[in-house]
Amino acid sequence: MRRKRRRLIAVLAGLACLGFATALVLYAFNDNLVFFKTPTDLVTDASLKDRRVRIGGLVEDKSIAREDGGKTLRFRITDGNNTVPVTYTGVIPDLFREGQGVVAEGSMDRGTFRAATLLAKHDEKYMPPEVAEALKKSGHWQEGGPPPGTSSAKQ
Amino acid sequence: MRLSAAVLPWCAIATALTLGVGLYLALFVAPPDYQQGEAVRIMFIHVPAAWMAMFVYGNLALASAVALIWRHPLADLAGQAAAPLGAGFTLLCLVTGSLWGQPMWGTWWVWDARLTSVLVLFFLYLGYIALVNAFDEPTRGARAGAILALVGVVNIPIIKFSVDWWNTLHQPASIMRMGGPTIDASMLWPLFLMAIGFTLYFLTVLLIRIRTAIIARKLQVLRMAELEPDEDFAGARSAS
Repeated sequence: MRRKRRRLIAVLAGLACLGFATALVLYAFNDNLVFFKTPTDLVTDASLKDRRVRIGGLVEDKSIAREDGGKTLRFRITDGNNTVPVTYTGVIPDLFREGQGVVAEGSMDRGTFRAATLLAKHDEKYMPPEVAEALKKSGHWQEGGPPPGTSSAKQ
Repeated sequence: MRLSAAVLPWCAIATALTLGVGLYLALFVAPPDYQQGEAVRIMFIHVPAAWMAMFVYGNLALASAVALIWRHPLADLAGQAAAPLGAGFTLLCLVTGSLWGQPMWGTWWVWDARLTSVLVLFFLYLGYIALVNAFDEPTRGARAGAILALVGVVNIPIIKFSVDWWNTLHQPASIMRMGGPTIDASMLWPLFLMAIGFTLYFLTVLLIRIRTAIIARKLQVLRMAELEPDEDFAGARSAS
């Protein structure tokens, strides 16, 4: 009985230490674990200026324009506080549209963000088109919801 | 053993029924999504697989703890029976997620926190299986594997909360979240049915695997007992 108790305590203590250590490591690497930066990060953090970064946010309404006969896409990414103009040439994901969360990877070039890849985010809401339509009609619709990655946008 | 023999056929039938009805509802009855269209149907496989991947790991860790602390022989067997199933669910989750990500996000794979932590879960399963089988003496392998399984348990909350702690490409939780699910009821019920089907499938196959393992062990003991009287002779022969 005593040995079982001792093993139980050893296992629990081991797990507690491990959990604490993991929490510290994750906390320390917090900056590297985020998948993308926000437009606000890009404006406030000068070290991001010349680096290749991913920025995420919503495609600003009525900001999408096509150039070069539709090959190049020009739009703005916003997190509600700041916006960044983006250009992108390449394959566009299905979900790309105004008000949609997107993540663009690239770097700043004379005031515009030149994206090499463009990924679309989708939110956690799932519903049939009719329900979405009805919600829009009744005025209970929140366009886009909070910006993606609100945890960092909140600061 | 007798209880499991009685329960097993019912489990198998229930699995077939719920998976059959669930798949029908998911593929034909459930509506398309307002944003993703028909591609949303991948969710009905992907999400239950992801739940099972974590649920099975929880069971594996629990069985490992029981095996380490109370030295219950069945716990090791249960853990070893569950691990390949968990690895299978994780692989299914990763593959369907990749197939879903390509049309929706525009990429097969990104190294964001959620996807990476699930990949780590897959490697934990593989590591457990490899470690258990790496020792000549089964009890030592079982103990090493159990310790690995317990260490790996820190990954489970990381998977669950990765989408809340850091920004990721993967969207936040839709169902197990504060403020209720954000999936319309017409999609939620097929999803739950699929989840129940996956769980029943796991239970059925787990029972079969544990029974097989017990029978195999008994057989081994019987063979050993049979060999016992000849041992001196066999030893003498190999020495000569």
